[in-house]
Amino acid sequence: MKSYALFLKDFSSEIRTRYAINSLAMFIIVAISVILFSIGQERISPELTAGLFWVVIFFTAMSGLSRAFVSEEERGTSLTLQLIASPTTVFTGKLIFNIILVFAMNTVIAILYAALFEAFIIQNFSLFLLSFVLGNIGLAISSTIIAAIIAKAGAKGTLYPVLSFPILLPLILTSVQLTLFSIDGTGFEKSIFELAIVVSYDVIMLTASYMLFDFIWKE
Amino acid sequence: MTNYTLELSDVKKFFGRRLIFNNLNFQIKKAGVYGISGPNGSGKSTLVKIIAGIIGTSSGKVTHNLNGKEIIPEKLHDHIGFVSPYLVLYEEFSAWENLELCAKIRGINLDEQRVKYLLEKFLLLNRKDDLVKTYSSGMKQRLKFIFALMHSPALLILDEPTSNLDDEGKSSVYEIIKEEGSKNIVILASNENQDLSLCPEIIDLKNFKE
Repeated sequence: MKSYALFLKDFSSEIRTRYAINSLAMFIIVAISVILFSIGQERISPELTAGLFWVVIFFTAMSGLSRAFVSEEERGTSLTLQLIASPTTVFTGKLIFNIILVFAMNTVIAILYAALFEAFIIQNFSLFLLSFVLGNIGLAISSTIIAAIIAKAGAKGTLYPVLSFPILLPLILTSVQLTLFSIDGTGFEKSIFELAIVVSYDVIMLTASYMLFDFIWKE
Repeated sequence: MTNYTLELSDVKKFFGRRLIFNNLNFQIKKAGVYGISGPNGSGKSTLVKIIAGIIGTSSGKVTHNLNGKEIIPEKLHDHIGFVSPYLVLYEEFSAWENLELCAKIRGINLDEQRVKYLLEKFLLLNRKDDLVKTYSSGMKQRLKFIFALMHSPALLILDEPTSNLDDEGKSSVYEIIKEEGSKNIVILASNENQDLSLCPEIIDLKNFKE
């Protein structure tokens, strides 16, 4: 309940300040427009479509998900949070907020992709949905803990994608593969290895994040 | 009377290679106002942050006990009220919303009667529904006191409590410090002689530099 209250605080704050939503919306529009202009009338392969889909997701996440902790640090309210909540409550609240933000953002990206890219036709929808959910959860967990790490640093804008890239690489590569499988209609039985990697990634990142957050949160 | 005790044993703090203070030992076992003094940069804010569990020590231990039982770090914030110039409340919310949110995040019900009493005491009752960003620095400082006192903490930590306050605000703060000091532990870190005159016992940090 405490974490949920913290999530509601962040949600109300976001509605009033639009710290993350505006930058995410603008980035999605700009990134998809650039891709559309650059491919022109050419029909791109499913491999490239799946890759570009996750490239947009990765960079959109980089533009908005760090706000969870960076906005607290920039406004000087981190101390307030430290005085009212345990590290576990803070991390869980921020994680819930980022999970919802990631799902909203990536659903918009998927809808735009489906509407604008001819090659983005999902043959195995249940596999796409499962990989989308698992991928989003992994992305939200990693983005949240990395945001907590970089929030106290000087060059936050540069550090966030640089630090995120190696941590998110296994997730992005596997999610690209799973998206490709769902486009070409591969069944669950042939995707089990990739699904196991994403599930393992999510579990490892979640466990490591909760174990590390206490040290990151305290100065 | 409070059943709260605070003990610092051999507390040492370094920032990088710079020693802030060393060999700090003291025990607080009964209610009262306890002062921490020292020139600028002597580590007053660092010490109160260590006591509040916001930052760690380089070595040594800080122990908080309630009714003879040690309070675990995860629960410490439930028993502490903290006021400092670098504490910032959420400017996009009103004073009332800030206090309500803080109570919910703490996992307690907002004690409306106490909060209204504190808002009246600190002359903010008429402005409780205004956004904090419209407040003056003195009003924000007074709101921090309400934030610190709303959950009736057993340990109140005040770092430069009268900064940004006018004479009327200072009087309210001194009144509250005396009131809280009669039943709870109040730790007051300041350079101001007027603030420190409220403290029968004062720890001078310049004595802990070697």
